Amino acid sequence: MEWARLQALPQPLTPRDRLAIPCQEMPAQESLARAQNMQEVTLGYSDEQARVEAERCLQCRNAPCVQGCPVRIQIPQFIAALAAGNPARAIAIIRETSLLPAVCGRVCPQEMQCQAHCTVGKSLKSVDQAVAIGRLERYAADWERTHGAVSPPVVAPATGKKVAVVGSGPAGITVAADVRRAGHEVVLFEAFHKAGGVLVYGIPEFRLPKTIVQAELDALQQMGVTIRTNFVVGRTRKITDLITKDGFDAVFVGSGAGLPKFMEIEGENLVGVYSANEYLTRSNLMKAYDRERAETPIPSARRVAVLGGGNVAMDAARTALRLGAQEVHLIYRRTEVEMPARAEEVRHAKEEGVRIHVLQNAKRILGANGHVTGIECLRHELGDPDSSGRRRSMVIPDSEFQLPIEAVIVAIGNQSNPLIKQTTEGLDVDQWGRIVTDQQGHTSLPNVFAGGDIVLGTATVILAMGEGRRAAAAINEMLQQENSAGVPARHS
Amino acid sequence: MNQILFKEQLSPDVYRLRVRAPLIAEERQPGQFVILQLDTEYGERIPLTIADADTEEGSITLIVQAVGKSTILLGQMPVGGRIANLVGPLGRPTHIEKVGRVVCVGGGIGVAPLYPIAQGMKKAGNHLTVVIGARTKDLMILEQEMRALADEVLICTDDGTYGHHGLVTAPLKELCAGAPKPDLVVAIGPPLMMKFCAETTKPYGVPTVVSLNSIMIDGTGMCGGCRVTVGGKTKFVCVDGPEFDGHQVDFDQLIQRLGSYRKQETIAADGCHLHTEAKKKGLVE
Repeated sequence: MEWARLQALPQPLTPRDRLAIPCQEMPAQESLARAQNMQEVTLGYSDEQARVEAERCLQCRNAPCVQGCPVRIQIPQFIAALAAGNPARAIAIIRETSLLPAVCGRVCPQEMQCQAHCTVGKSLKSVDQAVAIGRLERYAADWERTHGAVSPPVVAPATGKKVAVVGSGPAGITVAADVRRAGHEVVLFEAFHKAGGVLVYGIPEFRLPKTIVQAELDALQQMGVTIRTNFVVGRTRKITDLITKDGFDAVFVGSGAGLPKFMEIEGENLVGVYSANEYLTRSNLMKAYDRERAETPIPSARRVAVLGGGNVAMDAARTALRLGAQEVHLIYRRTEVEMPARAEEVRHAKEEGVRIHVLQNAKRILGANGHVTGIECLRHELGDPDSSGRRRSMVIPDSEFQLPIEAVIVAIGNQSNPLIKQTTEGLDVDQWGRIVTDQQGHTSLPNVFAGGDIVLGTATVILAMGEGRRAAAAINEMLQQENSAGVPARHS
Repeated sequence: MNQILFKEQLSPDVYRLRVRAPLIAEERQPGQFVILQLDTEYGERIPLTIADADTEEGSITLIVQAVGKSTILLGQMPVGGRIANLVGPLGRPTHIEKVGRVVCVGGGIGVAPLYPIAQGMKKAGNHLTVVIGARTKDLMILEQEMRALADEVLICTDDGTYGHHGLVTAPLKELCAGAPKPDLVVAIGPPLMMKFCAETTKPYGVPTVVSLNSIMIDGTGMCGGCRVTVGGKTKFVCVDGPEFDGHQVDFDQLIQRLGSYRKQETIAADGCHLHTEAKKKGLVE
């Protein structure tokens, strides 16, 4: 309807016309129904909606949105292609810079990145009114996949060089693709029995269907990347052995942040307290939500508390609902404004019935006979901004209150996994255990690169991808120099 | 990879398997474990300690007690069968050095992971005493292997059908009270046994290492399901252990956490036992 109205207007549309087009809401499963199933919540734009939304873009010459994108997708160009009804062209533009558009279109915090800079949003005085760049990116990527239009990138002739990529999450997938394209042999190592990293064990099906991740992994294999699951680099093989014994010319470490933080409060080791990593891995990777078929159990708690305010906390809370919890209480010590979660996830969580308690924090977890029975919280208030710019959360003394709870999920982030550090001599890490690298991803060891959460601490899919692209470029450059010099020109 | 090369029943519920895993065989050290899964889509991941390895054959030895669904199914797999997923070696290796007199105490299936540690301790030049305990004579495993290795082997059964009548803590206490007293005790077995071993050695000030086998999913530090309180601090068995100072471990908490899924596990194992029985009687496929 809106499309017909737009076509009736004198062309080309004026900026005033464009600003008057209503932001297209993405269709979603009805909130109460979806809280009972694992299928994807949002359904994606129709062809017409995508064109209407694309027409909202003002095609700003300075393209402020691009500055907000960690991998600098040429946003106005791909949106113009969509407006012209050419999704094939749109996805080709996106793929010049992004390797995982179907993933990023779904999980990027766009309101803090590209959409935060959008002129339309600024003109309409709300970031919620910005052009829905993420939804358009998703539309283009889904169009490509569902139309069988995905063609694996062209691979350069074999160079005889071999690269090990450690970890098959967003950083690893990116490096594997970019390095393979340059003609190097690539082996992608994964510790779990399935590849995909956080995209598979962490982000739930209802937010990122596994078939989408699988399509990306299939594409890698079509390019000739070898995926080796059940291989813990550091334990099954040390990094240095990959180079000295197994003939790899370079190693990229993208093993993720991976060690869950706990609150360090009383009662945290009671039965019924989970890290979000464990809870989500049980449900996602191990498919515990399928109680009939899965052998991995997951608690069927009626009253669940989730501690934290990030995307992982929202994922855990919404998973708990889908596993049959009658009450899910999400406890966050600041306010909704400071929540690191994507606005859409917070909104979806609330619609589905998650009860969000702000300005509260857990003081201790109560138990009987070793099992969780409740949680004692303290009320907080906001003080002055801290070093991160977020307002400090301050305890209100003597404000304790208790909630009866059967399970607690701790979702307050991850610290660095010590496994690689423990098993790799000479690899420099900082005080938090993150691998130290330069801008290109070089570590303190020759021919060893790193990127993603193991370098950044807990970050996002797109930042990991950006890091991966830079490291892959550095690896390709190093290997090309070695080849043209005829001798290994080892980086030191 | 992962084919079962050899299988032997050691006692009514205990099987010894040699599994093809050349990389794990090459890298494994005493004290380390593997995680295996029998079905990629719906199987559970279970940790099992590596009892031995043969680098020439490219195999590792697992000793499995058929107590849960996956271990029951594993015990039923034929030679030539392939384990869908096998990953390792995981965990930090045992710290092995010459300390003088070492007492290795194994209870039940715990004798299996103890074996490579005892091997290492002997090889390092220690005087080695091995104490093996089992509920009854038929459940005793690896006795001959331990006798071939150790300077002294002491046997205990709960029901007195073999060796000393009683628990492993009785000979352990005598060893600690004797002269020269042990310089190190390594105790591996059911959590309750390890708890009482640690309590036995504590008054004598004998350093005591225990190896914990807790609930875990990934085995690389990611899930935190294996956490246990050691010396008042939370530790992850998979990346900080599996071995810890037995005098510092909160065993009561460990035992409670191990029981987290007792109900679900019992239902699954019962279903599996029923199926096995039904199969024997030709009632199902």
